[in-house]
Amino acid sequence: MSQGTGYYVPAPSKWPIIGSTALFFMGFGAAFTMSKLPLGYGMLITGLVILAFLIFGWFREVARESEAGKYKAQEDKSFRWSMGWFIFSEVMFFASFFGALFYMRVLSVPWLTDADQALLWPGYSGGWPTAGPGFDEKFTPMGAWGIPAINTLLLLTSGVTLTLAHWALKKNDRGALKLWLFATIALGITFLCFQIYEYAHAYSELNLKMTSGAYGSTFFMLTGFHGFHVTVGTIMLISIFFRCLSGHFKPEHHFGFEGVAWYWHFVDVVWLGLFIFVYLL
Amino acid sequence: MAVIQDVHGHDHGHDHPTGIMRWLTTTNHKDIGTMYLCFSLAMLFVGGFLAMGIRAELFMPGIQILEPEVFNSFTTLHGLIMVFGAVMPAWVGFANWQIPLMIGAPDMAFARLNNWSFWLLPVAALLLITSFFVPGGAAAGGWTFYPPLSTQGGMGTDMMLFAVHILGMSSIMGSINIITTILNMRAPGMTLMKMPMFVWTWLITAYLLVLVMPVLAGAVTMVLTDRNFGTSFFNAAGGGDPVMFQHIFWFFGHPEVYIMILPAFGVISEIIPTFSRKPLFGYSSMVYATASIALLSCFVWAHHMFTAGMPVVGQLFFQYATMLIAVPTGVKVFNWTATMWRGAMTFEVPMLFSIGFIFLFVIGGFSGVVCAIVPIDIQVQDTYYVIAHFHYVLVSGALFALFAGAYYWLPKWTGHMYDETLGKWHFWLSMIFFNVAFFVQHFLGLAGMPRRIPDYALQFADFNMISSIGAFGFGLTQLLFAYIVIKCVKGGEKAADKTWEGATTLEWTHLPSPAPYHSFEHPPVVK
Repeated sequence: MSQGTGYYVPAPSKWPIIGSTALFFMGFGAAFTMSKLPLGYGMLITGLVILAFLIFGWFREVARESEAGKYKAQEDKSFRWSMGWFIFSEVMFFASFFGALFYMRVLSVPWLTDADQALLWPGYSGGWPTAGPGFDEKFTPMGAWGIPAINTLLLLTSGVTLTLAHWALKKNDRGALKLWLFATIALGITFLCFQIYEYAHAYSELNLKMTSGAYGSTFFMLTGFHGFHVTVGTIMLISIFFRCLSGHFKPEHHFGFEGVAWYWHFVDVVWLGLFIFVYLL
Repeated sequence: MAVIQDVHGHDHGHDHPTGIMRWLTTTNHKDIGTMYLCFSLAMLFVGGFLAMGIRAELFMPGIQILEPEVFNSFTTLHGLIMVFGAVMPAWVGFANWQIPLMIGAPDMAFARLNNWSFWLLPVAALLLITSFFVPGGAAAGGWTFYPPLSTQGGMGTDMMLFAVHILGMSSIMGSINIITTILNMRAPGMTLMKMPMFVWTWLITAYLLVLVMPVLAGAVTMVLTDRNFGTSFFNAAGGGDPVMFQHIFWFFGHPEVYIMILPAFGVISEIIPTFSRKPLFGYSSMVYATASIALLSCFVWAHHMFTAGMPVVGQLFFQYATMLIAVPTGVKVFNWTATMWRGAMTFEVPMLFSIGFIFLFVIGGFSGVVCAIVPIDIQVQDTYYVIAHFHYVLVSGALFALFAGAYYWLPKWTGHMYDETLGKWHFWLSMIFFNVAFFVQHFLGLAGMPRRIPDYALQFADFNMISSIGAFGFGLTQLLFAYIVIKCVKGGEKAADKTWEGATTLEWTHLPSPAPYHSFEHPPVVK
């Protein structure tokens, strides 16, 4: 229902309450699971299925509205502002984990080697990487020049291919658009496969685990959330790939595409931070 | 102020589902605003019930009503529910109702997302409230959930952490919506520096929310993985540090208190000019003061942890940065007072609450400056002095401004006048009982009574009894508020379109009372 001639205000929608139902099941399901109560996994999975249905259905509705020409210049501007602010919120989310990493490396680990702590943790020498004074298990830290360096190249290349796809879209060269978008998706999935391999390698051969103290915690938290974001970004890329196949997006009107591209570049930049501060230094 | 051309649209309020489905699926900013406000009022009573429990236990020395663990759960959930369930949603409710009306927009920028932001709240509230009934009881580590207490609690703590995650999602989505609405949906001619102060304060508040809510999400995530997946963020044995949690939490937590008070500044800045029949004194300095407060709020977090251990240089930095906030806040108080100076003032209920706000908020502000001074803070840390301080800024600050705003806009929302006599009773009873409840807590704190403890030494008995009597009176008085609101919704004297003769914003000059279901389908032109 478009009201008057002005801004598009959507009709009442069932999607938000479906989303809240999903979060209800996920919240209680996760709490039950953590406490090892019955029904936990069932509720969690129910919630995730509803969430997947919600994301698919809601975005499909928005894509249809867009193709029906309901979004004009002012709506387009709203999407741009909101995506920008959303990415800013994501930056702050990652900042909290980077902050934790810096705090541990620069402050809390050196403090544990103070004379004050000598009685509590005798002989602890600090340094980085460390699992802290209370954990004896030896582990090998993740090197930077194997898979992580390759992954850096993969993600940087994917940023280039995505930009090539965007240029092709602007020139209305649909063939090149699909080709470069496909290449971007392939690079993203390859990155994820390498990341999974790296985790398996860490657990089975390096004895590097989430439980490996400060280093393990920050390593898996930062790379894990980044990997999750790459997964989400890849799903977003796949969805706009199918939209491209269905003939969506016009050279002058394609914020759906640009929003995904912004997100992908953001994920790319976070990786550079990870490569420098988690792997390299 | 601006002369405004009248071109508003007409009402067609029959194109939405009825009954429960209307509220579940609505994309109307007024419906959603109403739901936010009703929800927050309900949570005010839930949080208030917990407060009554706390004060009943503290009425006399010894353990009478609540076991210590339950008492800890009460203080924890009282804080969480009041902050995240009552005050913040109430302000978002005001934002939903008022921002589109005040900037001449047809609705919020993302109407469906707006609905989701609201409907996440009942899910989180359910997680919080039902956590009282799970094995181990509700979270009991304080509303700030510091580790190691929060990494040790039972299932109730997990439920609380998931609830905070969901509330954070809701806040981030709501804030992005509000920022986009303000930046992109203003009526033609309404430049940023012509926006009503309430809209300005919400723009800055929403910015703060997008800045710090994700950081809280990070902190919550780290507590969850420390609890359930064996990470060592807050565990010294693994190289982590429980104090690091405090840094991350208060990087969120201090801006959070401004998130609760900046919209209050906005409401007061609307009401004082209306009832003084003068334009706001120093509009642009108000805008800059609000922005300065928001900016400074990001660099003062460690004043919450002066006794947690930090270098003296750090203590000094955070002390001076904190005291600096008194400057822009002082600008605001000066401007409100200067607005009233030689104005043709009348004292309807919104104005009474606004003046009460200024009076009591300044007391809370001053005790804040006292707490900012490191040597004094080391004395009063974790005592009732701190409790008194933040209740003066949150109850007689944020909550009084919420009451003021509710009385101010109820005629526009419902089309009826509220009961002026009962409203005055509500104000005076609140004013008296609030001070009875909280003023004596300054003395208790200075004498050394610790917070979050269910029992106390005998020398604190008299003041605690006085405080409890005041708290019971204050709690009962709020039932009167609920009655006044219901009475006003159900009927009463018909409110004029421009209820207050001194009001200048678009909702008074351009819209009938009650505001139609759809307003400003064609934007007004602001000259």
